Amino acid sequence: MINWPNFVSQLFNGLALGALLALISSGLTIIYGTLGVLNLAHGAMFMIGGYAGYVAFEYTHSFTAAVIAGSLFVMVLGVVMERVIIRHFYQRPHEDQLLVTFGLGICFVEIVRLLFGSQSQMVPPPPLFQGITSLGFMFYPTYRLAVVGIVAVALGTLFIVLYRTRLGMIVRAGIEDSVMVDSLGINVYRVFMIVFGIGAMAAGFAGIVNAPVVSLTPGVGDDILVETFVVVVIGGVGSFPGAILGGLIAGEIISVTSMFNPSYAYVMLFAAMTLVLVLRPHGLLGTQGRE
Amino acid sequence: MLKQRPFLIEALTAAGLIAAPFLLPLIGFAPNTANRILVWGLFGLGFDILFGFTGLLSFGQSAFYGTGGFVAAYLLTRAGFPNVMLALVIGMIAAAAVGYLVGLIALRRTGIYFAMITVAIAEVFFFVEFNPLADWTGGENGLPGVPTPSIHLGFTTLHFTTGWSLYPFLAFCYFIGIVLALRIVRSPVGAVFRAIRDNPLRATAVGHNIHSYKLTAFVIAAAYAGFAGGLLGVLQAFMPPDAFTFDTSGQLVMQTAIGGRATLFGPLVGAAVWLSLQDFLQATLGLGAAWKLVLGIVFVLLVCFLRNGIIGGIASLYDLATGKRAAQEPKDVLPATNAPAEQPQPAAEASPARQTDAPSAPATHLEDGTTASPILQARGLTKRYGGLLANSDIDFRVNRGELRGIIGPNGAGKSTFFKMLTCEVPPTSGTIVFEGNDITGMTVTDVCQRGLTKSYQVNQLFAGLTVRENLTIAALSALRGKFRLDLFRRIQNIPGLSERVEQTLELVNLTARPDTPVSELAYGEKRRLEIGLALATAPSLLLLDEPLAGMSPRERVETVKLLKSISQGRTMIIIDHDMDALFELAERVTVLQEGRVLVEGTPQEIKNNTTVQEAYLGGVHGVLAA
Repeated sequence: MINWPNFVSQLFNGLALGALLALISSGLTIIYGTLGVLNLAHGAMFMIGGYAGYVAFEYTHSFTAAVIAGSLFVMVLGVVMERVIIRHFYQRPHEDQLLVTFGLGICFVEIVRLLFGSQSQMVPPPPLFQGITSLGFMFYPTYRLAVVGIVAVALGTLFIVLYRTRLGMIVRAGIEDSVMVDSLGINVYRVFMIVFGIGAMAAGFAGIVNAPVVSLTPGVGDDILVETFVVVVIGGVGSFPGAILGGLIAGEIISVTSMFNPSYAYVMLFAAMTLVLVLRPHGLLGTQGRE
Repeated sequence: MLKQRPFLIEALTAAGLIAAPFLLPLIGFAPNTANRILVWGLFGLGFDILFGFTGLLSFGQSAFYGTGGFVAAYLLTRAGFPNVMLALVIGMIAAAAVGYLVGLIALRRTGIYFAMITVAIAEVFFFVEFNPLADWTGGENGLPGVPTPSIHLGFTTLHFTTGWSLYPFLAFCYFIGIVLALRIVRSPVGAVFRAIRDNPLRATAVGHNIHSYKLTAFVIAAAYAGFAGGLLGVLQAFMPPDAFTFDTSGQLVMQTAIGGRATLFGPLVGAAVWLSLQDFLQATLGLGAAWKLVLGIVFVLLVCFLRNGIIGGIASLYDLATGKRAAQEPKDVLPATNAPAEQPQPAAEASPARQTDAPSAPATHLEDGTTASPILQARGLTKRYGGLLANSDIDFRVNRGELRGIIGPNGAGKSTFFKMLTCEVPPTSGTIVFEGNDITGMTVTDVCQRGLTKSYQVNQLFAGLTVRENLTIAALSALRGKFRLDLFRRIQNIPGLSERVEQTLELVNLTARPDTPVSELAYGEKRRLEIGLALATAPSLLLLDEPLAGMSPRERVETVKLLKSISQGRTMIIIDHDMDALFELAERVTVLQEGRVLVEGTPQEIKNNTTVQEAYLGGVHGVLAA
């Protein structure tokens, strides 16, 4: 049962899943790094991205439109959420931030369940990426290959925004020391809002891109959220490169373990997290002193 | 709120539990709902100790709920174990053991990391239950056929079956649970839990091994969860696999926050609100699946506007209604504004008396050795932060009974030097010898236990607690050591504790306001409490980092007086920028500049030293040399 092409195809699966996890985790980690808020509704953002895209697809039958609608809708939702609720929690303890985002996540999931029901929905992959591709020694679903490419482009864009623009420089400075950025005369609250929007958009984008791979249910974000936590713990909280490295590691662990026995995927993932915590408590690329 | 009259809360709880089966049916409560509320309430007792009292928010309690439940259910169904009560206890022990192992991993980090790790670990338990262990746990089918308990009393046998017949058994379990929880919360361990919640850094610095205490709280929470999980199986006659789901953990967190954290009864109230709203919305209003959305919105609103939940809200309303708040606030403001005018008098009166009895005051580490023997000796102490040399090659020696002052311009490395002495930061090189022992590389906690501690430059108090509670926490470390599991001991029964707290209150001149919350103290009072926290640990060597910082001239005069009285029978090192005060207090003064010892001598020598004058005034020679 375990043969060479099978193994390679699992490696590819791991790459696709890992890329996706990397994108979602970067969203979570830049929000946490800049605002100091761990958004427990991040999984719900991923799910809403999928549903918003699904609705757009039903109307337009265009996958591109679905991707744009899904990302933009979640970005707007993130901005609204930051302005209306999260903003009032910056001065409150971490536990309160966790509680309120956790509660919001439940509200989002239940609203979607109310609107769309619990049965799963499907968004087909775009015509260009349908079917399977021959890689010479094996066949592989085209869309999954495309996912790796699409997510790589998204991560690249995020990288350019974070490391090559003025806004990105402010965001990275904010991750280091947001009080200092504030005293330099930059409106941190506006930056916080934008970062929350971008972070949420990363999850929403991942949600719609993933919709053709795994069918949509209101609970689709819950498992993703847990995997994202592991990614962030492995990679180091607040670290963008850490999220990418952690995402790829987690994706491969899940896929390769699943080849032998899917039920052990989480156990292995957890073992990896424990190992990192014991050897490098601040994550592979995390810096000391951040909590 | 939890400690007024002895056994009042216990008696009220017993009365409430006995009255419930007669009253609840009148307002349409099904017996099964009441039973479920009790199981959730018991589950939540442990969680409230962990989250409400110790400040550790875990999203993974389902792991222990499920473990306890499945161990008990397996024993009772598959293994044919006859005794329900014993099976429940074994399940609880299993959950506590698992909690210990999980705690070792999860408590490596704090805050949001801790929350994320608990979520991940609980998810692993869920998958393990479903697949690798499915032969034992029944996988997605769970374990049906869990029997109900019957208890032989010799003359008769009590059978508990379902509904109201099972209620007395669950109520009894809950009652035992709350009695134990109240004991824990009122014990010295409970006091340290609150200290960890309010300021883990200071809890460590006053000599408590907070990691062990956190692990204790974690295991307690796991034990409660395990027992409640077993009761769930008994209640439903079936152990459901969804005990292990993230939803279980989430529901527990939400119920606790709805009811009110750090109240012990919060989870019970939260569960009552949750389950009755669920029944009401689903059955009466016919909302179907939307009930959870309504509860979610209620929860978010509560977190936003009523941080301490329903019980907290009722408590504030009660205070408002009885005028407690209104009466308290002006009373608190008055002494604060009057303080400077009033206080010098009693202070002046008290200080001669204090000076005579000060040597008998809590300086237990002090032995009557000769004054010339060094208590602290640092050799070649160096601290490097990347390219920055904060301290370089400092040799420093303080004799027993001495009062040493340290001055130096900003950035001279004074605070870094103190941090190295108290082992808050490890030196890059060099050694520190305290009372003849090399303490280099020890933890702050161990060093404090040996009798070396410091008061902070920026106040590090337990902000949510009263003055007396603050000092109690510091005194506990001196009387109980860095870790002790006296979970059920009454805090009043510790010999010497109240005397030490009273003595310290007197020393730092806070006897007038022992029961005031720290948040309501004036700045000068907070500053004195800061010193009091260090004093209450009974140090033989006390370091004070800028005790006069930010004080008005009047407060300075008083604090200098205070420092003088404290210094009787103690060895102290004081950093400050107020040279007049330091020259008045200290016998010898060390001047630091750019991380080095510039000069050391008597106040008179320092005043007349030209290099010191240059360092401070930027003399011509200094500029030329640079």
